[in-house]
Amino acid sequence: MGQTLLQKVWDLHTVRRLPTGRTQLFVGLHLIHEVTTPQAFDMLRRRGIGVAFPERTYGTVDHIIPTLDQARPFADDLAEQMMSAFERNCREFGIRTAGLNSDWQGIVHIIGPELGLTQPGMTIACGDSHTSTHGAFGAIAFGIGTSQVRDVLASQCLAIDPLKVRRITVSGDLGRGVYAKDVILEIIARLGVRGGVGYAYEYGGPAVARMTMDERMTMCNMSIEGGARIGYVNPDETTFAYLQGKPFAPAGGAFEGAKAWWRTMASDADAVYDDIVEIDAGAIEPRVTWGINPGQSVGVTERIPDPGMVGEDAGAIGEALDFMGFAPGAPVSGTAVDVAFVGSCTNARLSDLREAARVARGRKVAPRVRALVVPGSKQVLQAAEAEGLHEVFQEAGFEWRGAGCSMCLAMNPDRLNGREVCASSSNRNFKGRQGSPTGRTLLMSPAMVAAAAVSGEVTDVRTML
Amino acid sequence: MIELRPVDRVEGTAVPLRGNNVDTDRIIPARFLKALTFDGLGAHVFQDDRTSMPGHPFANAAYAGASILLVNENFGSGSSREHAPQALRRWGIQACVGQSFSEIFLGNATTIGLPCATAPASDIEALMAAVEDEPGTPMVLSVRARSITAAGRTIPLSLPAVVRDSLLTGQWDATGLLLSEFEDVRRVASRLPYVKGF
Repeated sequence: MGQTLLQKVWDLHTVRRLPTGRTQLFVGLHLIHEVTTPQAFDMLRRRGIGVAFPERTYGTVDHIIPTLDQARPFADDLAEQMMSAFERNCREFGIRTAGLNSDWQGIVHIIGPELGLTQPGMTIACGDSHTSTHGAFGAIAFGIGTSQVRDVLASQCLAIDPLKVRRITVSGDLGRGVYAKDVILEIIARLGVRGGVGYAYEYGGPAVARMTMDERMTMCNMSIEGGARIGYVNPDETTFAYLQGKPFAPAGGAFEGAKAWWRTMASDADAVYDDIVEIDAGAIEPRVTWGINPGQSVGVTERIPDPGMVGEDAGAIGEALDFMGFAPGAPVSGTAVDVAFVGSCTNARLSDLREAARVARGRKVAPRVRALVVPGSKQVLQAAEAEGLHEVFQEAGFEWRGAGCSMCLAMNPDRLNGREVCASSSNRNFKGRQGSPTGRTLLMSPAMVAAAAVSGEVTDVRTML
Repeated sequence: MIELRPVDRVEGTAVPLRGNNVDTDRIIPARFLKALTFDGLGAHVFQDDRTSMPGHPFANAAYAGASILLVNENFGSGSSREHAPQALRRWGIQACVGQSFSEIFLGNATTIGLPCATAPASDIEALMAAVEDEPGTPMVLSVRARSITAAGRTIPLSLPAVVRDSLLTGQWDATGLLLSEFEDVRRVASRLPYVKGF
């Protein structure tokens, strides 16, 4: 009987079964950032414990850093304290970092892959739920909390329970103006925001096989929004080509050796899954969320649901529409927006900026719309500038910012004000997520965000390409 | 030395929080994560919901001092911030009982010794209704017996054996366990192709 990639990686990294019944799992790569680690380092100090494998942890700064004025000390004293603590902790415990002044700095889930730290067959953990992103490479990657960060620092291990695997096969061709973001929003809408609890999602099928690594990362990134702590794609030639030449990827003869091993770290053809779901990519249109969780989305030509027409979900729809202030049954297209945000670990890679720039080129941001583009990393920023994308955005009236998490979660100066509506390429439309308790988020692809920015309202980007 | 404190009985009153998919951004908004310690988070539990929703249970004096949190489905979804269970605990919550919990929240809560047990919707409804009718209703949650007793009725709870045992033995804090057979860890590391070199 064949095995899934999850089972193979799990078995390879299992240290032992703990007396409590959990698995002691070795973590191959531990990524850290400034927000979820200070308490973990303090706990180590209080207990007199060191970092077991400092070379297997890599840090960067992303959540709190300003994207406009990065001069130190930061204007926000709390942010400055967190930044200094992170720098001190990494220095004291001998952990390598891509700090604020490094050309490798950026959102942790963007820099891991672009530095080649993220590789097939690894276990990867990070104190951030979007760690599922790294599964795009055929790694088993998941988010953890701060006490678990402490455990990984102390032992390079976690006490954890195994997961089931749901295979999601995506067939067919994505239409023009339809992106990986739309596919994952469709999957979450279909399976629900808690449909993935207890599962890892394995994405495959012809449409996924044709996807670039950037697109696969967008899919895996939002697995957690469907309740699945892990999402992954079996590694293939696209994966290997992406990794070749990356700073931390094996080089020369070792790269060939690595490739041979990576090929074995994929689900077998006769692997047995706990569940199988099939999706037709050809039937997906650009999607937009209308509610307060990422499962509440519709196609751009569709209408916002009417709680009166829907049975058991009526309460949830009613609560969402009350908060959003949207009319039941209204077309989602034409919804006015105040802010447009291209950024986040979901959609701030070079290809995302290119797609947004295609729409922005030669157009102007609508009056009264505040629009910003926040590259996911310094490398993305520099590559985009080398192509002149920053000029395309700036000429259109978008602000061009420094790399960071920015308005995705507003732990920095970038945030919504009052009841503003934001067309956002990020991953969460929770109440208050973008920094204003009453702010409203509409999740969509970067191209759709650019379309909303120039038209001032939710617009089908397919009419603008 | 790591303190091993067993967690078994939780006695006290309960606070009912109705609704599915209550995410960790609502439990503790991101701006309060800008801190070097978890201290003080208790004051900000559900801060935005409390201020915008009149009658929010965490703003209702009738539920002040509650030690058991009653919730519906997929509580704690979204961000992996441990600040969420840390904030709840600092507010006074010592155990959660609900229809279901998000996986990362559950892992975080377990790692800090905060039991999260589940029960079918009808039982959760009965518990919520009881405490809404009579906010001071005393409840006793037993990790050992996997049950909660309220208003003269004992309701069985689901709690994975692994979690129950780790709470009862005080081994919910896994650091010591993970370090106890460190040669095994080195052995696994040395067999990984990407550690030993391709």
